[in-house]
Amino acid sequence: MSEPATLTEAPEATQTAAAGAAAVVVDGLVKHYDDVEAVRGIDFEVATGEIFGFLGPNGAGKSTTINMLCTLVRPSGGSALVAGHDVVAERDDVRRNIGLVFQDSTLDGYLTAEQNLRLHAELYGVPREQVGERMHQVLEMVGLWERRGSLVNTFSGGMKRRLEIARGLFHSPRVLFLDEPTVGLDPQTRSSIWRYIGELKAREDITIFLTTHYMDEAEFCERIAIMDHGRIIVLDTPQALKAQVGKDRVQIATDDDAQAIVVLRERFGIEATIAEGAVTFGVPEGEQFVPRLFAQLDVPIRTVSVARPSLDDVFMAHTGTTIRDAEATSSDRMRNVARMMAR
Amino acid sequence: MATDTTALRAGSPHEIARVRVPTRSAGSELRAIKVVWKRELIRFSRDRLRILTSLMQPFLFLFVLGTGLSRLASAGTHGVNLRTFVYPGVLCMAVMFTAMFSAASLVWDREFGFLREMMVAPVRRSSLVLGKCLGGATVAGFQGVIVLCLAGLVGVPYAAGLVAEVFALQLLLAFAITAFGVMVAARITQMQSFMALMQMAIMPMYFLSGALFPVSGLPQWLSILNRLDPLTYAVDPMRRAVFAHLHISAAARQALDPGVTWWSWHVPGLVEAAVVALLGVVMLTVAIVEFSRAE
Repeated sequence: MSEPATLTEAPEATQTAAAGAAAVVVDGLVKHYDDVEAVRGIDFEVATGEIFGFLGPNGAGKSTTINMLCTLVRPSGGSALVAGHDVVAERDDVRRNIGLVFQDSTLDGYLTAEQNLRLHAELYGVPREQVGERMHQVLEMVGLWERRGSLVNTFSGGMKRRLEIARGLFHSPRVLFLDEPTVGLDPQTRSSIWRYIGELKAREDITIFLTTHYMDEAEFCERIAIMDHGRIIVLDTPQALKAQVGKDRVQIATDDDAQAIVVLRERFGIEATIAEGAVTFGVPEGEQFVPRLFAQLDVPIRTVSVARPSLDDVFMAHTGTTIRDAEATSSDRMRNVARMMAR
Repeated sequence: MATDTTALRAGSPHEIARVRVPTRSAGSELRAIKVVWKRELIRFSRDRLRILTSLMQPFLFLFVLGTGLSRLASAGTHGVNLRTFVYPGVLCMAVMFTAMFSAASLVWDREFGFLREMMVAPVRRSSLVLGKCLGGATVAGFQGVIVLCLAGLVGVPYAAGLVAEVFALQLLLAFAITAFGVMVAARITQMQSFMALMQMAIMPMYFLSGALFPVSGLPQWLSILNRLDPLTYAVDPMRRAVFAHLHISAAARQALDPGVTWWSWHVPGLVEAAVVALLGVVMLTVAIVEFSRAE
């Protein structure tokens, strides 16, 4: 492993117009499609060099927000600056300074990996004398240099995603947007994608803005905004968010869940709910609570699990539902939005 | 730290050359047009099957229909082979279908997401649309050249002037049809609908154009529809070019290559070509406006 921390940044740091300025500044951003309000007024800032995560169930408004920041969707209200440029008034300046990796592949499968990157370089006007060297760098980084001559159609899902990351980086963007970068990938590929993202920060002097609906992945971020129903519910570091919850999560499966909830309330003073098909509640020191539970809960317990606070619990604490259940209820709404977008 | 220098070159942040993307200029737009054009060519050259299948129809028309009907038609052609007569029309057909399929790839691009990669690039949408139309025109022009090579088989001489004229006309046609397809593709986002719509537009256009029959002495309704059909103005000058190089009787020329008239004014070939060019430019403009508006 090399030591990226000791290495100085590239001399072209002048490309950062105002040093120390926020990479993304969002102020009262709103988007509605006809009568569907996808984003209902959000404000936040992302510092330069930060890894910033947007977390929330499908249909929460994450993709719409990212599309507005990428100039693909025109906001209905509010404003946003990306890399110091307004996403509506200075669209081209924003586009030159951002890299994009979408949820769905946007590669041309009938071209080779190298041809896809060359096309990108031409579209972005990358100086010709730099194309070759940069090509080597980004392909080497995602481990696809040897496969540069293969048609993209022959690539696996994980390879395609890696190639998209390489392409998103090709023109040295100041902000890299990753919309659900690991969705639909197997766990091993997911972790390798995260490794690349981690290396990126060290190597490329870049701000990373990503969305995810995987709770465990959100913990890779330096700061997280949790979004639900088009609003930002809470924004902080993963550690702070988890500290706020402070309780372990206990889930039990019983023979009579309704009765169990009643007993928990009456005997322990605990408000439990049904989440993911199990009686779920938070208590401090969960491991010590479980023996008491077995001794005093009259309802037979079939399974029990205790988990340290995770971002899932943060989500639960702020929305009263788990992210998986939120997706189930918001899927109709999401379908509506998707239909609007498809027009 | 690694001592291997190649590894260093590949992986060390020391040598990361930050690429600097310049602000938009005429040069960068030209590069964008060129690369979109080039992509069409690369994709076409990979798709051997498409090259073959789009030659299928012209062959059927030229050699099967042309041969089969020639006995029926011999009374009216004054000794000219029917295949020779339909040749310019078949050439137009080959070009049209290839151009249409090129435009259709835009619908695939949308479906497979690649369109998004182009739409977020810091270039004008007009550059993307123009590159696409030029690419489609080139590919269709290439297909036309293959049909052009068959000229000898149907009794059309390989005269330099003829080849140049026909080549220019087919490029113009290819461009106009691609522009038409791109214009439609801006609105139609599903392949099935796009294909159905194109068939609905292309087939009547083809049959009305006079590609398969002389355009004089038609019933009035057909005559009117024929003059309204834009394709008429591509087929007619092409047939004129071919017939100018044939040694045939005046009667045959009169019957088979009467030329298009507007209220008995004989429309010159250049005006006809201008009609096609103008329509192409109008449709290109509409396509650019549509794509610029799209989010």
